[in-house]
Amino acid sequence: MPTMNMLQAINNALDIAMAEDDKVLCFGEDVGIFGGVFRATSHLQEKYGRSRCFNTPLVEQGIIGFANGLAAQGSVPVAEIQFADYIFPAFDQIVNETAKFRYRSGDLFNVGGLTIRAPYGGGISGGLYHSQSPEAYFAHTPGLKVVVPRNPYQAKGLLLGAIRDPDPVLFFEPKRLYRASTGDVPEEDYQLPIGEAEVTREGTDVTVLGWGAQMEVIDRAVELAEAENISCEVIDLRSILPWDQDSVVESVLKTGRLVITHEAPLTGGFAGEIAAAVQDRCFLYLEAPIARVTGMDTPFPLTLEKEYLADYLKVYEAIKASVAF
Amino acid sequence: MTKTQDIHSPEFLRGDEFSIPTFRLLKQDGSLYEGAQAPELPRELALRIYHSMVATRVLDERMLAAQRQGRLSFYMQCIGEEAAVIGATAALDDADMIMAQYREQGALVYRGFSYDEFMNQLFGNELDYGKGRQMPVHYGSRKLHYMTISSPLATQIPQAAGYAYGQKLADEALCTLCFFGEGAASEGDFHAALNMAAVHEAPVIFFCRNNGYAISTPSIEQFAADGVAPRAFGYRMHVIRVDGNDILAVLAATREARRIAVEQNKPVMIEAMSYRLAAHSSSDDPSGYRSKKEEEVWREKDPILRMQHWLIDQGWWNDDEEKALQESLRREVLETMKRAEKRPPPPLESLVSDVYADVTPALQQQLDQLKRHVRQYPDAYPKGARSLDPDVAAGHDASDNDASQGGK
Repeated sequence: MPTMNMLQAINNALDIAMAEDDKVLCFGEDVGIFGGVFRATSHLQEKYGRSRCFNTPLVEQGIIGFANGLAAQGSVPVAEIQFADYIFPAFDQIVNETAKFRYRSGDLFNVGGLTIRAPYGGGISGGLYHSQSPEAYFAHTPGLKVVVPRNPYQAKGLLLGAIRDPDPVLFFEPKRLYRASTGDVPEEDYQLPIGEAEVTREGTDVTVLGWGAQMEVIDRAVELAEAENISCEVIDLRSILPWDQDSVVESVLKTGRLVITHEAPLTGGFAGEIAAAVQDRCFLYLEAPIARVTGMDTPFPLTLEKEYLADYLKVYEAIKASVAF
Repeated sequence: MTKTQDIHSPEFLRGDEFSIPTFRLLKQDGSLYEGAQAPELPRELALRIYHSMVATRVLDERMLAAQRQGRLSFYMQCIGEEAAVIGATAALDDADMIMAQYREQGALVYRGFSYDEFMNQLFGNELDYGKGRQMPVHYGSRKLHYMTISSPLATQIPQAAGYAYGQKLADEALCTLCFFGEGAASEGDFHAALNMAAVHEAPVIFFCRNNGYAISTPSIEQFAADGVAPRAFGYRMHVIRVDGNDILAVLAATREARRIAVEQNKPVMIEAMSYRLAAHSSSDDPSGYRSKKEEEVWREKDPILRMQHWLIDQGWWNDDEEKALQESLRREVLETMKRAEKRPPPPLESLVSDVYADVTPALQQQLDQLKRHVRQYPDAYPKGARSLDPDVAAGHDASDNDASQGGK
């Protein structure tokens, strides 16, 4: 099985999707001959032509508006927003159009073929505008699906799942891991389910939950905790919307403790939603308050990025505090 | 790269070096301007267009009255702009996609949307294709290639560019026509759309209904330029300005636009100059921002009367036929309205369907919870309890909660 980094895995998934179906189109800023600023779309224009893989003008609301129209027409657009920080000009198209297309037409029309890819997250010295994690904004919008992969294998399987999903999917790629994360990825076609969490490590004392780049952070924290005989169950949520409440609840009913971590700021972050749902369904089983380890309620900083981030030591401390409560 | 020639003194341009003319064929009395040539328009098609214009007018007048009687929550009229909307639609292939703003019901009438179908949407009953989810006038029809209306302004314009690009790739020899107002053309989506369409050569017709007002804001407070048409040059796009109350000119201009779009895969802009004789909506009162005198001037340019005069000149129409048509349409509006009013609302389940292709477990749970609640207070929700199925009993919340907490 070949080893790929996350970009190669994403490129491979797009290649498979485009080869399989003429209706699949990849476009966005610098996506064409250049292959995207991160090279996720390398060689796709060469292979599939300029009509199916192309640069767009620099206008995010235009990219997503165009993509909505294509999807409504029956095409399968995979639109790239160069950085998740720049998705906001397209917020109206995504929240008022993409998300509501099927509902408002009574299923006469839908944009289920649409996938929006966007690199997200910090840790690359990107400052305010190349670091944000905007998943919670979109999780508040019925009609969207929001997916975040943690490694190359997951990225390929989830992206193929997203492209073929009957609903529009926002696919947030942890850009810090684009080249840093490598692993075995089958060359052939495979698909991972949208809307299902994955228990990546079984344990009994505390459940530690995250998604995307935070999974690496969690793994490091859990290593430290296990050295102190704390048995951790680790869950990768994978889909933020819809999210797999049952898997999380099942785990917390077993461990009685939950630590949730994400890069995005604390207030209004998706950890709050998970905590509310879990206390509702596990109230009598909780041994400690549900802990949230997140970014601070500030814009994303630059030189103090290391201090700001919800790193493995902060997660480790939260695990210990939960168990000692 | 920009093609340019050098100059050596700072000479500024402002676009006033040329002006965009208005294409007109038909005078108000039904005769043609000198040198004007009517487009090919056989009697049958002419009458289809005219019937559609009158049917739209009758629907609009009667439904605004119904709104005033409290039978309907909201309404928007197309009055004054029937020639622009229906002339454009008649120039298309009936399989071309139309992505409209909200005031273009005439396009649907022309394509055969029945009064029953209109009424079902207006009253949001169980037969409404949109399942009672949107405010009145948000029509849609897949079989008639008319995209469901969305309230946010201008969002349909870049979508039309994308839709048309998909049509081009599918090699269907079809195009998309996108309606929008001169007010919506101020939105960012308009500019994004024109640029995307021009760069990627999408067969789309951007049809601007310049009707003078965006709610109360007159077009002179909307833009400083000479209308919307000059913006096409900035995107290197074909453009024509047309008298929007002149059915023949709109038809001829849109036919030519369609030819350019489909044969050359190029976007085209049409600016139709017209006037919103109606209020913006049933919630608006124009007397606060414009004079009766101004309205009168435009009432004299009524596009339906203008076409009627032309039809009579052709010997294709007379007063008796007019009277009979009006009467039969009025009767049909009243009958279909009564039918639609009596139909029940969509079932409670339709609250959660179509959010996704399949109802998610979380949504199913929320629906079940709602059903229990409605059963508990049936009188507080006049329409809801009627559609409840009998298998969900009230008051099971506590036991369900226990079950979810590990089945204790």
